[in-house]
Amino acid sequence: MKRKGKLFRAFGATSVAAVTAITMAATTTSGAASNGTIAKGAPVTIGISLSLSGDFSADGLAYQQGYKLWAADVNRAGGLLGHPVKLDIVSDASSPTQVVTNYQKLISTDHVNLTFGPFSTLLTLPAAQTVNRYGYAMIEGAGGGPSVFQAGLKNVFDVTLPVAYDLQPFAKWLTSLPASTRPKTISYVTSNDPFTQPVVQQAQKLIGKSLKTVYNNVFPAEATDFTSIADAVAAAKAQVVVLGSVDVPTVSAFMQAFEQAHYTPKAFIATAGPDQGAAFIKAVGAKNADGMMVPNSWYGQSKNPQSMKMVAEYVKQYGGTAAGVNADIAEAYAVGQVMAQAVTATKGFDNAKIIKYLHSGKTLNSVQGSVKFNSLGMNTAQTAYTFQWQGAKFVEVNPVGDPGAVKILFPKPAWGN
Amino acid sequence: MNSSALIHAVIDGVLTGSVYALMATGLTLIFGVMDIINVAQGIFVILGAYLSYALSVHWGIDPFVGLAITIPTLFFVGIAVEKAFFGRLKGPEKTAMSILVTYAISLVIEGTLNMVFTVNYVQIQAWYVNKSFRLFGVWFPYIYVFGFIMAAIMLSGLYILLYRTRFGASIRASLADQTAAALVGIDVRRVSTICFGIGIALTAPGGMIFGATNTFNASTSYDLISRLLTIIVLGGMGSLGGALLAGILMVTLEDLVGVIWSPVWSTLSFFLVLVIVLSVRPQGLFGKQSARVA
Repeated sequence: MKRKGKLFRAFGATSVAAVTAITMAATTTSGAASNGTIAKGAPVTIGISLSLSGDFSADGLAYQQGYKLWAADVNRAGGLLGHPVKLDIVSDASSPTQVVTNYQKLISTDHVNLTFGPFSTLLTLPAAQTVNRYGYAMIEGAGGGPSVFQAGLKNVFDVTLPVAYDLQPFAKWLTSLPASTRPKTISYVTSNDPFTQPVVQQAQKLIGKSLKTVYNNVFPAEATDFTSIADAVAAAKAQVVVLGSVDVPTVSAFMQAFEQAHYTPKAFIATAGPDQGAAFIKAVGAKNADGMMVPNSWYGQSKNPQSMKMVAEYVKQYGGTAAGVNADIAEAYAVGQVMAQAVTATKGFDNAKIIKYLHSGKTLNSVQGSVKFNSLGMNTAQTAYTFQWQGAKFVEVNPVGDPGAVKILFPKPAWGN
Repeated sequence: MNSSALIHAVIDGVLTGSVYALMATGLTLIFGVMDIINVAQGIFVILGAYLSYALSVHWGIDPFVGLAITIPTLFFVGIAVEKAFFGRLKGPEKTAMSILVTYAISLVIEGTLNMVFTVNYVQIQAWYVNKSFRLFGVWFPYIYVFGFIMAAIMLSGLYILLYRTRFGASIRASLADQTAAALVGIDVRRVSTICFGIGIALTAPGGMIFGATNTFNASTSYDLISRLLTIIVLGGMGSLGGALLAGILMVTLEDLVGVIWSPVWSTLSFFLVLVIVLSVRPQGLFGKQSARVA
């Protein structure tokens, strides 16, 4: 009986302590999310989880550069509403579970004022769901897969064009070619990643039966050896290849296997990889890159004045050329720009007000172009472009007739020429 | 189904599998002699790849010729690591602790490689990396054929070392029973140190071929280690022949499933075979029963 009483007392004390701790934590976190006031001169802290190691490390590092570049620019101009910007960046090792832990820590322990998104659709969805529980807005640039928008979250805003539209210009160009020059066969091969699959499926829908599908398959996102898959695509000998890839190694493996099989498709487009500027060229070689295409909404030689300024600063700080600037840099920079405009418009750091403002239908601007969010947080104001490597230059080729577009290199030159 | 793709899948499986077997052999040798599960093996493979890459880019040394430098280098790195970290690991917790220690080592090497080479992906380039030759209507990539020949030479060399030399007899005795080996006068500690060096040295040729057939950065090691561990568990922890057979079997099966059925299931098949084999033979294809019991 005595033992039972002790147990009850211990249980009671533990329960009271737990309830107190939870209440304090809830008060603290909700305060951080909704209060929106920061002491004069104190920094505004922005919490970010990035893939600084693991599968997305190359993109994660580029995002880090983009965020830091933006923060440096803002701080040079006096900060956000007079508060210097401080970035609290933690690594998630490309893990969808670690990204959840990171944002929980950033909000409940570090008490950051605002949050920016991680890299990839795969990580953005759990990250946005997590920060949503705390009432935080999540502005991001790399979570454009449908799964993010289908989650019904009201706090997520993707500054980049939704990925489902990425291949529209390419599909339109391909199907509009005269019958005499239009390729007859096409292969679709994609990673089962939430970013790539919707893009390739959308392209299939748009291209329809204009070209005969001779190979159509999905490979696991965790695949490391692409040789047999690439060989199977090469054996199908399609004149066009649409590859759903998330990174440089995947594209590079297919390119290498195609060259070894002496197979050169007339057109080869990959959803990601060739957009990584100098990093792509370094991995595959400039000669092999010739003719490789990739969809995107931004490129280093963009004539957008904001973009030109950012690119100049980037090249000054990190070296290289405008063509070699990774598109991830612009996406991250645009995230910061959109947040800055929302903070300025709402005159504070209240996440509820920021979310409401971003849903108001106002058109904002960024290095990637205009930004206007619909009710799902998709940016509806951007245009999809297709870019191509031509003689070590990364140029816009689609939409056909666009002022910045040059003539598409078609058919693609043989590998290594 | 395209018969050409099927033939390619088998050829790719055998050629690529032999290189994985070479990398896994080092891992299983280390476990067999030292009861150490070296989860840093993946990052050592990447270190080997980066060494070949650096020799090729900065000094123009052909990756195969460069092995004359990278193999001894990694051998001595292995010796240094063993002496620094594993000499003091003893007792029943040794195997479990070795996972933590080798994981820490892999993190340090990964961080260092990221600092030196950045996280940008690179690939080893040479004239034969993207070229192939045609035989009986099938394209054979030079790099895979060279890799297969090199793996065969390396594994034959290892076989001769183990079965035709006095030192090899010491290793085999240590593999069978460390206590009994010590009782008959074998310096098990010295054998362990050299075996660790050999195990790490084998990552140099494996890493070179991996780096020539894949773009890589330091983080690529995570994808590698799960595959290498699967191979040695299937082959039987500590079994060199098992690692060779399992390496070729697993990669060939994976490739065939990808072509015949769907690539979606290819990786799953890799692990499905492991589950089936372990449910029938818990010690793996060629493993000792004691390996599991221990």
